[in-house]
Amino acid sequence: MNQDPLQAAELEIRLDASLDPALSGRHTRDLAKALAAFPRNEQEFVLRWTDIIARTNTEMAYLFASQAPEGLRRMALADIEAWIVQAMDVYDRMGLFPACKVFREVSLFAAEARDNACGVTIEDISGVLELFVRGLSGRALKLENDEDLYTDTDVLFLPARVARLPNREQNFRLCKAMVGHLWAQTYYGSFRAGLNDALQHYPDPEHALRLFHALETIRLDARLARDLTGLHREMAELRAALKETLWPASWEGKIDSLRSPESSVQDTLALLARLYNDELPAPVCYQGTMHPERVEAAVAARIAREKNEFRTALMQMLGEKDGEYRESDKQDPLAGRFSVTQDEEREGEFSFVLNLDGKPIMPPDNVRALMNSIIQDLDQIPDDYLTAAGDGGYRREKEEKKPEDVWKGTYHEEGAFLYHEWDFRRQHYRKQWCVLREIDVRPLDEPFVARTRHKYASLIHGLRKTFEALRGEEKLLKKQTEGDNVDFDALVEAWADMHTGREMSERLFTKLHKLERNIAVMFMVDMSGSTKGWINDAERESLVMLCEALEVLGDRYAIYGFSGMTRKRCELYRIKRFDEPYSELVQQRIAGIQPKDYTRMGVTIRHLTRLLHAVEARTKLLITLSDGKPDDYDGYRGDYGIEDTRQALIEAKREGIHPFCVTIDSEARDYLPHMYGAVNWALVEDVKKLPLKVSDIYRRLTT
Amino acid sequence: MTAHALKTEEYRITEEPYYASQGDEIALFEAAFRNRLPVLLKGPTGCGKTRFMEHMAWRLKRPLITVSCHDDLTASDLVGRYLITAGETVWVDGPMARAVRAGAILYLDEIVEARKDTTVVIHPLADDRRVLPMEKTGELLEAPAEFCLAISYNPGYQSVLKDLKQSTRQRFVALEFNYPKPELEKKIVRHESGVDNAVAVKLVKFAGMTRNLKGSGLDEGASTRLLVHAGKLIATGIDPRTACRSAIAEALTDDAEMLAAVNELGASLF
Repeated sequence: MNQDPLQAAELEIRLDASLDPALSGRHTRDLAKALAAFPRNEQEFVLRWTDIIARTNTEMAYLFASQAPEGLRRMALADIEAWIVQAMDVYDRMGLFPACKVFREVSLFAAEARDNACGVTIEDISGVLELFVRGLSGRALKLENDEDLYTDTDVLFLPARVARLPNREQNFRLCKAMVGHLWAQTYYGSFRAGLNDALQHYPDPEHALRLFHALETIRLDARLARDLTGLHREMAELRAALKETLWPASWEGKIDSLRSPESSVQDTLALLARLYNDELPAPVCYQGTMHPERVEAAVAARIAREKNEFRTALMQMLGEKDGEYRESDKQDPLAGRFSVTQDEEREGEFSFVLNLDGKPIMPPDNVRALMNSIIQDLDQIPDDYLTAAGDGGYRREKEEKKPEDVWKGTYHEEGAFLYHEWDFRRQHYRKQWCVLREIDVRPLDEPFVARTRHKYASLIHGLRKTFEALRGEEKLLKKQTEGDNVDFDALVEAWADMHTGREMSERLFTKLHKLERNIAVMFMVDMSGSTKGWINDAERESLVMLCEALEVLGDRYAIYGFSGMTRKRCELYRIKRFDEPYSELVQQRIAGIQPKDYTRMGVTIRHLTRLLHAVEARTKLLITLSDGKPDDYDGYRGDYGIEDTRQALIEAKREGIHPFCVTIDSEARDYLPHMYGAVNWALVEDVKKLPLKVSDIYRRLTT
Repeated sequence: MTAHALKTEEYRITEEPYYASQGDEIALFEAAFRNRLPVLLKGPTGCGKTRFMEHMAWRLKRPLITVSCHDDLTASDLVGRYLITAGETVWVDGPMARAVRAGAILYLDEIVEARKDTTVVIHPLADDRRVLPMEKTGELLEAPAEFCLAISYNPGYQSVLKDLKQSTRQRFVALEFNYPKPELEKKIVRHESGVDNAVAVKLVKFAGMTRNLKGSGLDEGASTRLLVHAGKLIATGIDPRTACRSAIAEALTDDAEMLAAVNELGASLF
């Protein structure tokens, strides 16, 4: 390729080609002129990305092209790519305006790119630190990013990037200290005093809050020194590195009440009253801010929720002990049965014993976690938690989320699985792009399975025979060095050998050896609208035949159907889970398989990969029954769909799963080898033959 | 230095193995033994099941035969088989037959790992018949009063393949084991490893932290055994953070993220 830089005129033509729809009166002449000064490879880079971004949004592409010269002056190409990907991510999540902001703030990003080398992002470390916090106390605090560093006692909010110290290791230490400090606030009860009310009567509540926070930080530091010596030491090292102190010299001698092991938030409040007029010390690096109003909202919501959960859990435990309660029982079934006493063995820790009818009982792990969480908020389990809330109030409220509600705006990603999706144009994942839910297929009370069995009776008979032959059978191995029985043939031979002076064989035993098939197979059935009619019938019949064969074989198998519409509503229909037997219910579900909407394959494969990953088996198979290309309403088609599916399959293979596809699409040759690999697919041209062929394909695949 | 060779049924425990009782399990086991009932020990790994068996063998003054079950362990491995020596076949008793003959305590550790056919030989021994049919020799061994069968099982494995069949489990007196309470666990760690009180407290706290992570990526939290290992390393002068990393964190998981988190927890304590 010619390496000479492109001239402005030529650049203009190429930019026009990409940006045409966004121009409407604007010119690319100035953009082209600015770009003409750069070397060819950088020009090509900008042109290529302008074109890629234009496919997502031309306005953004225009903005990128105009900001690119500035970006090129400030950053390396790799950083520019990161800059673009971040802008695209923002676009995916929040829309055009915030994404454009990312492009406009090129200098800001360039500065961050410099920090990248030494800074850490929350995204990178949240996994480790979330586990760290959970290990500390059991309550699952989430980590999210926000501009401020604070907690509402449900979530710890950290800045998206921490780059205050010169290297990554130290910045990670700083993040750990931040998390440790916020955790300490929740654990040692900084918010247990009703902070908002306590501070309101000061002339300047804002100042009072900051002073309170400074004093509370001193108190927490002392608690950490006792309980988590290592963390405390690391915090001290950070303060020393940044030349920070917890309290000014003038407070020496005044703050002793905070440093005693029994100190509580009340001591801090008492001291606050005395020191209110003192100068405010500068906050230390991990201190952050406090938002008492957000805490109060979160605590109130959690207390209500946990009270309900706790009572439900008690009811369940009671049910397990006494048998189910009659619904009509008007009396409070909990009254007087449960009590809570402090555990004498563990002082100073949150440790309570739950008693049922006066005898201590061991609550299940989830109940214990719940108790700990309640005690963290309230310091105790109040008595009214141990009684039912009025008539029938203890009954669990059904809060089953319905996928349809997504459209009503009730909720979005709650309770669903989020998966990335591969965008081949960007060569990056779109993060948390697809929302998938598992739904049960509505069982259809219709003798579909019996009918199919009848229809293919002779075939099933043959199938059984073939598959029986495959079944892992005991096999008698002869001439073994050790085994259960003596192999007399070998013994006679050896005896003769010995007497003729030859060396005697040591292989004199027989051994029963069981060739075990250790296979788990997942069937992924296309339930898109295009399967309507005989394809759907053929699919259902195929499943019946497969189940018949697999029941004989004893392989573990699961069947899931998939469909959906747009990335916000990917649906996976449970037909048979791995741990379910081939029961009447499963048969009714097979009968109940109906064509639904579209075919978004990538997210389905990712979810099934996850399910298969949890199964223990030597060989894991993922078999797709499909009638065509991946296709969804929101642009998931053509190369995009194929490439995402391919990427999902590559991920599956990385997990040790063998994907295979059985299709009836006569054009499959054009795209299936690219997705599944040259040999990992089979085409059944005649749909009616699908039920006959599928079991046969499976047999070939697993022997 | 020479290793001491003993026949399995002659192995008697002469010195009291250290065992700190968690509840009434010693009395229960003794009662089961006197009533000739087989015993099932349930509990997570490293919480003291094997130590308990050693202690009981010492207490009841019976030889202890332990078989660690694995997925290739067959019935003949337990009962016995014919071997060939100098031109003739000789029957050799397996550990189960030896235990029955000697009136020993037979402890089948992690019974669910064994092949399914082993249950066939356990059943007649585990109900009131108390006999061991030896198909190949045509004998029926009747167990003496002193013989005791104990099996262990970890209900923590959630695999359907590793579940104990109802027909098997309903023959046993079940003793549930769990990690000891913090105070007791501290005592055990101190006694077994020789660390001071402060270190033992921290180790127990560390174990509690890892047990908090069970279900969030760890299959099991740190067992008492791991704490003892870490304590021993610390007592010989290894830095506590290093000891926690090698003896506990690395033993719990290979997952890089989980490992980092567990290490940070350890580093926060010491």
